[in-house]
Amino acid sequence: MAAFAPTELLPPPWQVFERIYDEISSGELVYHCMATLGRVITAFTLAMVIGIMIGLVMGLQKAIGRFFDPWLLLMLNLPALVIIILCYLWVGLNEVAAILAVTINKIPNVAVTLREGAKALDRDLLEMARCYRLSKRTTLTEVIWPQLTPFIAAAARSGLALVWKIVLVVELLGRSNGVGFQLHLYFQMFDITGILAYSIAFIVIIWVIEYAAVRPWEQHVNSWRKA
Amino acid sequence: MQISILHKAFQQKPVLGKIQFELNTGETTVLFGPSGCGKSTLLRLLAGLDIEFEGELTHRETRLGVVFQEPRLLPWRTVYQNVAMVAPDKSARIEQLLEETGLQNVAALEASKLSLGMARRVALARALIIEPEALILDEPFVSLDRERASQLRLLLLDIIERYKLKALLVTHDPYEAVQLAHQILVMGGTPSKLQQRIPINLSAAERRDNTLIAKVVNQFFDRPG
Repeated sequence: MAAFAPTELLPPPWQVFERIYDEISSGELVYHCMATLGRVITAFTLAMVIGIMIGLVMGLQKAIGRFFDPWLLLMLNLPALVIIILCYLWVGLNEVAAILAVTINKIPNVAVTLREGAKALDRDLLEMARCYRLSKRTTLTEVIWPQLTPFIAAAARSGLALVWKIVLVVELLGRSNGVGFQLHLYFQMFDITGILAYSIAFIVIIWVIEYAAVRPWEQHVNSWRKA
Repeated sequence: MQISILHKAFQQKPVLGKIQFELNTGETTVLFGPSGCGKSTLLRLLAGLDIEFEGELTHRETRLGVVFQEPRLLPWRTVYQNVAMVAPDKSARIEQLLEETGLQNVAALEASKLSLGMARRVALARALIIEPEALILDEPFVSLDRERASQLRLLLLDIIERYKLKALLVTHDPYEAVQLAHQILVMGGTPSKLQQRIPINLSAAERRDNTLIAKVVNQFFDRPG
């Protein structure tokens, strides 16, 4: 067996888990995962808030939507790498540039999803709100928001997957900590066990976030649809 | 309450011509006519949802309870919340109203789980909670089975009499029109105008007599049955 799959190229699972254990014991793995997670959460939150606002304005104000449509298309199709490199060059090799790059990469996806959500708002219910002279605030929280939450959940779901991948690239290119940095380090040292250890550790974190937070929330906001 | 529409067009195409009438307290006016004759367009003007027309409405400040053809409830809210939302601080009256409209047992149910007939009742309760001076109803009995439609008509009859409302109801069903109306306004033509005004003078008891109503329907609408 060993002759076909030399352990340097494809280390057996127990070696990988042994490495995960070692890295946890030394505190390295927790430190780098936390650095990455911090960036993921910050960039994700920023992108969601800004993207939701842009998407809503574009969906509700037809003229603005038409004007910015080509720009949105451009941003959607601009390679992540280009944005990352430009951010590092223009802002500097620092944390702000890293977060900014990830946020800018993610905003167009959120905006597109929320634009569709705003377009799909039920006109009948909005008319009802007008007829019964509901306040702007009540209309927003009671009539509009519940219709948007499924779209926000969808954007959050696809967003999380995109953000953490881009964060790793950002770390690889210009940060001195985080999972991306560690992967780069082990790549240079040809340490496949280390690369797999960090990959698995991070996948586990994403699973936990998905099943503990994103899914339950998505189910909650969609419950009224399954009548 | 005076209603005077002179002209209404959609993309230069005239849909409504001269339509003038009055709504009186405790009386129901029925707008009657075939589908597509502009009844719903007229209701939208009266409800203030469309303000691009020539004419005059005297009820700009009047509280209107509007019951749309589709109930237009918030599906993610309960029956009680749907009613309470338009009148947040009248909890005692909400209970009473839900009972009057036969909704006391479903108050805690989500609106998305209601049948059409029940949802229409909620829409009616929602219109009543704002203590309207006038009630506007767009085909409130359409797509209900005979039994449910009949129950809902009787409920509406009771409510209009009890609260002394000015009611305006759109329908294309002659039976509904006769049972509820004090005056029937027949619409038709292009652009649609008032073609005929039929007064219906029936007592409260007579309105609950099915055979009598059927007779009156035949007399005015020349329909077998």
